Amino acid sequence: MHTPRKPKLAVWKFASCDGCQLSLLDCEDELLAVANSVSIAYFPEATRAEVDGPYDISLVEGSISTGEDAERIQMIRDESNLLITIGACATSGGIQGLRNFANVDHYINTVYAHPEYIHTLRNVSPISQHVFVDYEVRGCPINKYHLVEVLSAHLAGRRPNIPSYSVCVECKRRGTPCVMVAHGTPCMGPVTQAGCGAICPAYNRGCYGCYGPSEECNTQALSAWWTKLGVEDADIARSYRSYNALSGVFRREGSRYAKKAAAGATNEERRQ
Amino acid sequence: MQVLMREDFDTLIEKLQGADYEVIAPRIREGAIVLDTVDSAGDLPAGWTDEQEGGRYTLHRTDSPSLFHYTVGPTSLKSFLYPSRSLLCRVHGGHNDFDVEEPEIEAPQRAFVGVRACELHAMAIQDHVFAGGRHPDPVYTARRNNIFLVAVNCSKAGNTCFCASMGTGPEATAHYDLVLTEVVEDGTHYFLIDAGTKAGRSMLDELPLRPARAAEEEAGAAVVRNAAGSMGRSLDTEGIEDVFFENLENPLWQEVAERCLTCSNCTMACPTCFCSTVEDVSTIDNDMAERWRVWDSCFTTNFSYVFGGAIRKASSSRYRHWITHKLAAWQEQFGTPGCVGCGRCITWCPVGIDITEEAAVLRRQKETRQGEARYGAGTRTAY
Ligand code: SF4
Ligand code: SF4
Ligand code: SF4
Ligand code: SF4
Repeated sequence: MHTPRKPKLAVWKFASCDGCQLSLLDCEDELLAVANSVSIAYFPEATRAEVDGPYDISLVEGSISTGEDAERIQMIRDESNLLITIGACATSGGIQGLRNFANVDHYINTVYAHPEYIHTLRNVSPISQHVFVDYEVRGCPINKYHLVEVLSAHLAGRRPNIPSYSVCVECKRRGTPCVMVAHGTPCMGPVTQAGCGAICPAYNRGCYGCYGPSEECNTQALSAWWTKLGVEDADIARSYRSYNALSGVFRREGSRYAKKAAAGATNEERRQ
Repeated sequence: MQVLMREDFDTLIEKLQGADYEVIAPRIREGAIVLDTVDSAGDLPAGWTDEQEGGRYTLHRTDSPSLFHYTVGPTSLKSFLYPSRSLLCRVHGGHNDFDVEEPEIEAPQRAFVGVRACELHAMAIQDHVFAGGRHPDPVYTARRNNIFLVAVNCSKAGNTCFCASMGTGPEATAHYDLVLTEVVEDGTHYFLIDAGTKAGRSMLDELPLRPARAAEEEAGAAVVRNAAGSMGRSLDTEGIEDVFFENLENPLWQEVAERCLTCSNCTMACPTCFCSTVEDVSTIDNDMAERWRVWDSCFTTNFSYVFGGAIRKASSSRYRHWITHKLAAWQEQFGTPGCVGCGRCITWCPVGIDITEEAAVLRRQKETRQGEARYGAGTRTAY
C-alpha cells in the first residue's frame, strides 16, 4: 500500500516528564525508517522547524492540568485527523493524578516559592476526558516498539498488535516462575495490561502496574489474595494509586482500600 | 531391570552429551525447580524438595541426597516442543513484487532427564493434537523427533498432584526411552533403570550397569507405591462428561468468576493446553512483514473474538469453557481427557483456584439433584 504523500506527524506535550515522546527518538534502529515514512511537522523536542496544521497524526503526551491545557487540546483535536495518546499521563492522568486525592493548594504552597504565579486546575485528567481519542498507547513509559507498531499498523491499514490481556501471559511465555506463587511477592501482573514483556517479575519483583488495568481485570479478587499474603490495606491502596491511579478499576479499588485503611485496623491489630 | 549407582549417574549425562544431546533436567532457578540445561549431575537439585498448594510453591532442604524428590515445576516439555513464539513466515518486498521466506525450523537435539509420568502423558496428548492429524505441525514434529526422554518415577506426589485419578502416573509406563526409579536407603543410593525404545536400549549398553536384585526391584516398586499413596488431590472421573454437560448453566460459574483473575496462568502452565494466536507485524516502510504464532489462552477476550465482538465476554463463561474442555469435551474431541492431573493449574493459579474442587462441587450438586428426584424432594439447592 503506497501513500501518495508522507503523512504529517505532530508530537504534543502536556503535563508529563517527556519520557514517552523521547522514546520516539530512542527508536535508534527504526528512527530512519520512521523519518522516511512520515514527515515530522511539529516535534519541539526533536526539531525547531514547525509546519502548521492540519496534521494526519498527532501523538499526545501528558495529562490536562491547567485551564490553558484544556483549551489547547481542543485546538489539537481540531487540527488532527488521527489522535493517539501515549503514556500513562495522557491515557489515565499519570503520577500527577495523585493530586486528585489531596488538596492541590496545599501542594502549591509547599512546593513553590511564589504560589501566586501558579494557575492550575483542581484535578488532573486524561486526554480522553476532553476530546475523542483514536488510539491509546499505554505504559509508564510506553514501550517504544508499541509506538512504532501503532504507526506501522496505521500506515499499512492493519490492526496494531498491542495486547489487552494480563502481564501474566508475557510472564509465562518467557518462562519466569511466578513471583507471587513462588515467593509470596505481591504482584499487580494479573490485573495489569501486558506490554512491557513482564520485566519486573523477571527480576524477582512484583509488577507495579505501569500499563494500567488489563481487560476485565478482577481487582477485588487480587486484593483479597494480597490480604492473605499479609499486605496492609494502606499498601494495597498505594499499589493501585501509582502511575494509573485515575483509571477506572484501579481508581475504584484504590479508593476502596484507602477507605478501609482510614477506617483503622492494620492486619496486625486485626489478628489480635 | 538393571541398576545404575548414584556415582555413575554422571556417566549417563556424559553419554547423552557425547551423543550430541543438550541435556535438560530439573534445576533451581528463581525459587522454583524448572527444566533447564545442565552440565552435570551437580546442577540437579540434590537434597531439595518442593511443597505445593493452591497458589503457593516453596522449596525446602531435606537430609536426603536424592536428586528427584520433588514433583513437577512451573515449566513443562511444552515450552520446548511448542515454543511460546515461533516465526511462521517472513515476506520481503513491496506491494506487487514480494518473496515469501519460510524460516528454518530450529529443532535442537535435546535429552530430557527426570521427566515425570504425567508429563509424558501430556506430551502424548500434544502429539495427538499437533502431529496426529492430516496436517502435522512442522515446528512441533521437528522438535519432537529430535528428543531423547529419560523418565523418572515419582518418589513423592505433591499436594496438588492427582495423576492416580487420571491414570497417568506416578509410574511412567510409556513414551520414554529410559526410565529410572531412584532409591535411597540404608546408606545406598542407586537407580533402577530400564529402556522403552531401541534408542534407550543402545544407551543402556553404554552405561556401567549390573542386574537388579529382587530386593532392589522391590525397593523400587515401594517407592512408586508410596508416591501413589500420597496424592494430595483426587478427581472422580466416573461419568464426568455428564457432570459438565448437564451443568452448562450453573451458579457455580459466577461464583468462580468472582475469584478468577482471567489472568491465563492456568492455561499457560498446563502441559496439554495448545492454543495459539497468529500475529502479523510489518515494518514501518512496509518492506518486510512477519507472521508469528504465539501462545494464547481461552481466558483472554480476543480468544473468542469474531466479527462484532467476543463470544465469551464474561469470565464465568471462560472458566466454564476451560474446565469443561479439559475434563469433558476433550474426550469427545481427541479420545482422552485434556487433563493429566499434574496440578500445575492449581499451584500456579495466583489465587489457588482448584480444578478438582470445582469439579467436585458440580458432582455433589448433580448427586444431590438426583437424590432429590428419587425421593421427590421439593426445592433444589443452589449448589
Ligand atoms: S509474577 Fe506476576 S505477572 Fe508473572 S505470572 Fe505471577 S502474578 Fe502474573
Ligand atoms: S502428577 Fe503424578 S506423575 Fe506428575 S508429578 Fe505428581 S505424582 Fe508425579
Ligand atoms: S488441567 Fe491442570 S492438572 Fe490438568 S494437566 Fe492441565 S495443568 Fe495439569
Ligand atoms: S483460574 Fe486462576 S490461573 Fe486461571 S485465569 Fe483464573 S485466576 Fe488465572
